[in-house]
Amino acid sequence: MTDASAGGGVNPTLRGGLPILTVLLAIVAIWYGAAVWMNAPWVRDQAARADTVLTTADLIRQTLTLERPVLPAPHQVAAGLWEGIAGQKITSKRSLVWHGWVTLSATLAGFAIGTVAGIALAVGIVHNRAMDQSVMPWAVASQTVPILAIAPMVIVVFASMGLTGLLPKAIIAAWLSFFPVLVGMVKGLRTPDAMQLDLMHSWNASRAQVFWRLRLPSSLPYLFASLKVAIAAALVGTIVGELPAGATTGLGARLLSGSYYGQTVQIWSALFAAAILAAVLVMLIGALERLTLRRMGLA
Amino acid sequence: MSAIEARDVSLTFPTADGPVHALKDVSLTINQGDFVSFIGPSGCGKTTFLRTIAALETPTAGTLAVAGMTPDQARRKRAYGYVFQAPGLYPWRTIAGNISLPLEIMGFSRADRTQRTQRVLDLVDLTGFGGKYPWQLSGGMQQRASIARALAFDADILLMDEPFGALDEIVRDRLNEALLDLWKKTGKTIGFVTHSIPEAVYLSTKIVVMSPRPGRITRVIDSPLPRDRPLEIRDTPEFIALAQQVREGLREGHSYD
Repeated sequence: MTDASAGGGVNPTLRGGLPILTVLLAIVAIWYGAAVWMNAPWVRDQAARADTVLTTADLIRQTLTLERPVLPAPHQVAAGLWEGIAGQKITSKRSLVWHGWVTLSATLAGFAIGTVAGIALAVGIVHNRAMDQSVMPWAVASQTVPILAIAPMVIVVFASMGLTGLLPKAIIAAWLSFFPVLVGMVKGLRTPDAMQLDLMHSWNASRAQVFWRLRLPSSLPYLFASLKVAIAAALVGTIVGELPAGATTGLGARLLSGSYYGQTVQIWSALFAAAILAAVLVMLIGALERLTLRRMGLA
Repeated sequence: MSAIEARDVSLTFPTADGPVHALKDVSLTINQGDFVSFIGPSGCGKTTFLRTIAALETPTAGTLAVAGMTPDQARRKRAYGYVFQAPGLYPWRTIAGNISLPLEIMGFSRADRTQRTQRVLDLVDLTGFGGKYPWQLSGGMQQRASIARALAFDADILLMDEPFGALDEIVRDRLNEALLDLWKKTGKTIGFVTHSIPEAVYLSTKIVVMSPRPGRITRVIDSPLPRDRPLEIRDTPEFIALAQQVREGLREGHSYD
């Protein structure tokens, strides 16, 4: 009886989690191996200078506890992350919550600008022949320009106008996030088939009525798919915007200052904080998507 | 007064392989209150002709009058309701919401919309299903809802393009009966495209047989059957003789190519 229930009645969350957990464990194991291997030369070098002989156990212990390792071990990054999130007052300059918030606010602002711009351009493309033929090549071109080259210019131009802080970063985030929204919405607004459009035509519906009652609701599945890509892109854009011109706050600035001073644990902690932030944002949009589409009968 | 009057209507599509004559010199008079079926093999232009009446296609030659106006004027005046083969209901709207969609677009008041929606739901025998979503209804019920939607704004003409083509025989029989009932109650002029001979004979007061390449009318048969038609009428000699005529008409069309 217990055997049967153990085999057939596994908690679905657990069943979904098991493969993920396995992969995670494998990654951690490989990471530890890599940490030992990459930090070993330095540890050996130090031992040679001090004329001490290292046992293998000593070697491994030391490679995993270095102050400035080439590759910090997972538990060091976890400790750094914990220290940054829970070990500080959140108003402290060392707090990852504080830096995360600075990055998040610019990300959300950029995401909002990018989404509005993407939707507006898509509406224009679907309703206007001239825009249909002219906008897309430019939009594609805008994405082929390396953002790392554009970001410093945007920061400098805005700074010359006296604008620093959130807005320039948000513009860079919007630059990256409008594109997936544009592509998704053009596709989404064009999903209604000929029959649906003929029906609207037979009722003598105006273009605005066709848009609000048919095109826009039909496009929502595409919009949500794009939004998930767009918010992740907005976060990348914000972090890139924090790298140049000596920004002092934000996860990007944490990455940069960590690399200046060889604080690899700090770099990795900031990196993970950014990854976790991105995952949470994408999950939030995913939840909103499920809720909306289920209510609309589209899921 | 004739509801629809076609004089030498032609419609030619230019294609890479030269022009395609979808319709060639089609002349037809449909009287008010007629139930007219268009039957023929695919490519005979029956759907195209229905679409020209609805101003969804524009003839390249000839004249076409719908309710005494050009088809496009008639469309703007909402002179007809159109039913497609697929119900085309919005999944995010209830059945009542779907039926009131054209009413919203046409600017009916909220009270008027509710009252009209209720009335046409009763008419297609979907009373009590207004609050359901399309996926909660069977295919036949969805198609009835789409007919209700076409009836909601009281157009005098109902154009139906193979509305029951995707449904099984049993459901189709029931819906045919219901459609006749509805036609008697409302006195509408109905244009009905089908490729089923029994369906055409059972429903129509006038059967228009068409043939392809070029799409044209080969025969117009006025039905001698009474307007009151129980399903059993299909076993009478009159019905069988009429079906025979339609079949001959179809064969005639085919002998051209």
